Amino acid sequence: MTYSSILIQFLNGLASASSLFLVAAGLSLIFGVTRIVNFAHGSLYMLGMYVAVWLGERIGFWWSVPIAALAVGAFGALVESALLRRLYAAPELLQLLATFALVLVVKDFALWAWGPEDILGPRAPGFTGAVTIAGLQFPEYDLFLIGFGPLVLGALWLLLTRTRWGTLVRAATQDREMASALGVNQKWLFTGVFALGAFLAGLGGALQIPREPATLLIDLSVVSDAFVVVVVGGLGSIGGAFVAAFLIAEIKAFCIGLGLSQFTLVVEFVVMAVVLVIRPWGLFGRMPALARGAGAVEPPLVAPSPAALKALAALLAALALVPVVSGGYTLVLLTDILVFALFAVSLHFIMGPAGLHSFGHAAYFGLGAYGAGLLLLRAGAPMELALLLGPLAGGLGALVFGWFCVRLSGVYLAMLTLAFAQIAWSVVFQWDAFTGGSNGLVGIWPASWLASKAAYYYITLLTCAGGIALLWRMLYAPFGYALRAARDSPLRADAIGLDVRALQWAAFTLAGLAAGMAGALYAFSKGSISPESLSVPRSVDGLVMVLLGGIQTLTGPLWGAALFTWMQDAVARGIDYWRAVIGAVILVLVLAFPQGLTGFLRQRFAP
Amino acid sequence: MTVLAARNLSKSFGGVQAVRGVSLSVASGELLALIGPNGAGKTTCFNLLNGQLAPDAGEIEFEGRSLRGLAPREIWRLGVGRTFQVTATFGSMTVRENVQMALLSHHRQLSSLFARAAQRHVAAADALLERVGMREQAGRPCAVLAYGDLKRVELAVALANQPRLLLMDEPTAGMAPGERGELMQLAADLARGSGIAVLFTEHDMDVVFAHADRIVVLSDGELIAQGSPQEVRANAAVRAVYLGSHA
Amino acid sequence: MQGMTRRSALLTIASLTVALAAAQPARAQAIKVGELNSYKTFPAFLEPYKKGWELALEEINRSGGIGGRKLEVVSREDGGNPGDAVRAAEELLSRENVSLLMGTFASHIGLAVSNLAAQRKVVFVAAEPLTDKIVWENGNRYTFRIRPSTYTQVAMLVPDAAKLKKQRWAIVYPNYEYGQSATASFKKLLGKAQPGVQFVGEQAPALGKIDAGAVVQALADLKPDAIFSSLFGADLQKFVREGNLRGLFKDRPVFNLLAGEPEYLDPLKDETPDGWYVTGYPWNEIKTPAHQKFLAAYRAKWKDYPRLGSIVGYSTLYTVANALKRAGGADTEKVIAAMKGMEMETPIGPIVWRPIDNQSTMGAYVGRLAKKDGKGVMVNWRYADGALFLPSFEEVKAMRKE
Repeated sequence: MTYSSILIQFLNGLASASSLFLVAAGLSLIFGVTRIVNFAHGSLYMLGMYVAVWLGERIGFWWSVPIAALAVGAFGALVESALLRRLYAAPELLQLLATFALVLVVKDFALWAWGPEDILGPRAPGFTGAVTIAGLQFPEYDLFLIGFGPLVLGALWLLLTRTRWGTLVRAATQDREMASALGVNQKWLFTGVFALGAFLAGLGGALQIPREPATLLIDLSVVSDAFVVVVVGGLGSIGGAFVAAFLIAEIKAFCIGLGLSQFTLVVEFVVMAVVLVIRPWGLFGRMPALARGAGAVEPPLVAPSPAALKALAALLAALALVPVVSGGYTLVLLTDILVFALFAVSLHFIMGPAGLHSFGHAAYFGLGAYGAGLLLLRAGAPMELALLLGPLAGGLGALVFGWFCVRLSGVYLAMLTLAFAQIAWSVVFQWDAFTGGSNGLVGIWPASWLASKAAYYYITLLTCAGGIALLWRMLYAPFGYALRAARDSPLRADAIGLDVRALQWAAFTLAGLAAGMAGALYAFSKGSISPESLSVPRSVDGLVMVLLGGIQTLTGPLWGAALFTWMQDAVARGIDYWRAVIGAVILVLVLAFPQGLTGFLRQRFAP
Repeated sequence: MTVLAARNLSKSFGGVQAVRGVSLSVASGELLALIGPNGAGKTTCFNLLNGQLAPDAGEIEFEGRSLRGLAPREIWRLGVGRTFQVTATFGSMTVRENVQMALLSHHRQLSSLFARAAQRHVAAADALLERVGMREQAGRPCAVLAYGDLKRVELAVALANQPRLLLMDEPTAGMAPGERGELMQLAADLARGSGIAVLFTEHDMDVVFAHADRIVVLSDGELIAQGSPQEVRANAAVRAVYLGSHA
Repeated sequence: MQGMTRRSALLTIASLTVALAAAQPARAQAIKVGELNSYKTFPAFLEPYKKGWELALEEINRSGGIGGRKLEVVSREDGGNPGDAVRAAEELLSRENVSLLMGTFASHIGLAVSNLAAQRKVVFVAAEPLTDKIVWENGNRYTFRIRPSTYTQVAMLVPDAAKLKKQRWAIVYPNYEYGQSATASFKKLLGKAQPGVQFVGEQAPALGKIDAGAVVQALADLKPDAIFSSLFGADLQKFVREGNLRGLFKDRPVFNLLAGEPEYLDPLKDETPDGWYVTGYPWNEIKTPAHQKFLAAYRAKWKDYPRLGSIVGYSTLYTVANALKRAGGADTEKVIAAMKGMEMETPIGPIVWRPIDNQSTMGAYVGRLAKKDGKGVMVNWRYADGALFLPSFEEVKAMRKE
């Protein structure tokens, strides 16, 4: 690299940092005040892009930007007041499920409204050319962006420090309980903050139009970038978001400049992992107040009644009889459901009782699957052995990653699990010679005695039911009680001799092992395995299953897994806009049963 | 017999000397109150004694054994129970399960993966609850208890490992005046009955003078007086820095 | 006693199943084909694809179906990942009882379904996947593939690249198997055609996440004489805009796989770079009778112009129909035998299904990009017949593990 190209790459980084900052600042504000993990932030950004490019054709680019941003802000206000507001008293993370449903609905709306093709907008009027800097060409519009980011930072700073509203926002970010004690009208504060965050996301999207096309795939890629920036900067810290956006954008630009472009696949997650390991609350974050969510406290765990045990036994017996009455596809679908039930229960094991919110649980599912596949294909192990030992890869992954993760808490922990999952994913994705790279591995079939659908169904039923039973049993054992104790009050747990981290580490590893088992079963049921098995969407599926069923119940994840898998299968088959339909169904369920399906049934029918 | 002995404890935060050369000791069966005006360093001092903070200088010995470098959970294993200023209990468990939890830990059964936790130590837990008057409410979820009852549960939990020393941080904070005396009487009876040493901080002077055997007074991080309630009440220095403000 | 009851229950079920199965052929005449694709993940390519096979289906049935039997396509969303795709395929096979499978877009999904087809012993006609592996390294006798693969399309561009005699080449590709194998093939083939050529550097941004400004600058730093790219979709659009703004393409020939396909070319509009060498589909300039007929029918039915996906969908279903006709039914072994060496027409020219690797000889259009009325078009194009660029029988034999 010459000096002039170093300068240009630095400027490239600055331009990207500005864009990144806009979307991250909104996310950070929203989280800081409302504690909502807004999965739909990327969708708001995408909406900003589509509205701007659509309006731009009619009224010109520069008018389209503020209008698009305002429209998205108004949409944000609507979402908060009509949907999220109803969920603040629900168990933790339920808002996350609602925002995930929004992602699905918004995506299909955009497809319906603007069609499937990418839409590349025109260059920005007034900024259509390039200027020569150090003998190299640099786009004028990028210079505009470089100036615009700090401008927004300044405006936000003024808003937060010089207005009464801003003071309230800062107070609520630091201590929600205190703010409400101060007589802050929380309703309007939350709506306002959500609208402002959405406005910033829409603005960020609209301003990208001269640089990149509006596409339907942008939502998830933007939201993961934004989360990384927010967490690296420290949740709720606007200045932190600015610094983190700068840091990450520059690192990326120089990775590319130095010819390490493959590394951009994962570099931001590596940065995040390193930052979180060294500074558990991000660069500028503070240790969150120890208040454990405003959500409902979980009721005590009661031993299953004889009737409940009988019902579970009857369910098991019914499942065992299925192959007698029905072959073919029913078994294929049930095999998937069972595998995901084990996966969801293993995730619930750490999310619920242990209070460790993992956004990257698919890593262990995928590692188990690859463990089994690689043993079979590369080591030539018999299938039975591969199925038995493959899950150890999931357990081992969880053992290593878990050691770091349990040192964190809350969303920071969640994001570290996500970072590790992305790192594992990128290794699998990139390591062509060993893991088959992006294509994955094919030819992972069961041994001949398990090859029939019925036989494989039985081994899956046996393993998953056994695995689930063991995990549940552990929750009734002193170990499970100790996990809940450590979650309820780490302070008290420590004061009666519980080694909180060791307990959580053990739980994390056990859950990884069980997820790995699910992954190995999955691999052999499909005959192939690809990096998608440890990707973020798979992790999100797991979260959705757990939350849909009810995080504060034991059997919830089971029903969540069954419902979600069945819904994906049944709805996707018959309906064009199936994503929107699934999103809508989740929204209805969330609003009607904020405790989850099982939680609702328990409340309704409990004595 | 001396249970806890602290010598020359010092601790500073970023140049501010919070505790300076404090020495104190508690004997079994004795109730020692640690008092002082706001900012006197009693919370820091207390957190040095329970292992939450590490002292810059000085030595803490429990039954002749140094506590230096031990985590709170290890200090608990030696026989030190504690209660918190804001009660810390397990909200998703019943009252009985809270105590069972401590008993399971005491018997080192936490890593048991398959036993039924709810069936362990039921009688022992109930006996402890009986002692604090919470036997009737054993089956209720902790999350729904009144604050005063939570304090009693904490006391039962703190007693589960048959401690020789009980550290109580503001035991009556947040309670109605009537309840305060009752709770302290309970603690005093338990301590004297089983020879437990009790060290507590407290801001309610009525409680302190009614129940403490001995009082240690801190001001500006330094120990300015100690002795029986009568002696402390009569101490001129104490009157000046502390009681003087009330008088 | 109990055993007896269960056995009799089983017998009843079995006899019912037999009765139903026996009743079926008498009533239903239709031959069912199972189709699955990532409609929601790649809608820009797959909506035209679907319109293509729907048009073909209409035509086939209007002209009498398969020997008098109606052809029926049962179409499924594959969820955009191999696991769900395999489940969808299983559903098609065991619940819908389809006779064979077709479809898929992404390479890893194509490979997973191909692998399933071999396991379940059913024919699978892969439509979109470009991966070389599906017919070569991972090829199996049940899997057929219609499109010219990555290797073949690269081979079509290489003669023009070699003619330019440029010394220093820089390469940019999306970081996954398609981009990696396009790059590997290009280096291998150009190295052979132009000994001594230098590959001075590579950029491999993640698919869909190119940081175009930085990538363009990094490529410029390499001071290449020419650039080979296999970017497409949003990545291509960002790359083109930044490259235009920063003067990367000035006096520098660029070869870009697929960039002439309407799916990827049309969004570029007035940003279309002049003179790029591309593979694609200049739909409005092809005047062969076969294509004219297809174009008229497509426009009449859909009030839209066809994309390359339309050709693929249309030709894939015709492949299936022709094979079924030749086989005289849906028996797997007979269909496989019928497809070996099968010759047929497509809107873009005649193709042959090679017996050695189950790959069709479908070609692609090779030409240059130009701007016309603010839109991108292909000029100086020619049809490159796949048969001329596919690897030889010996090479294929070495690659296929069967």
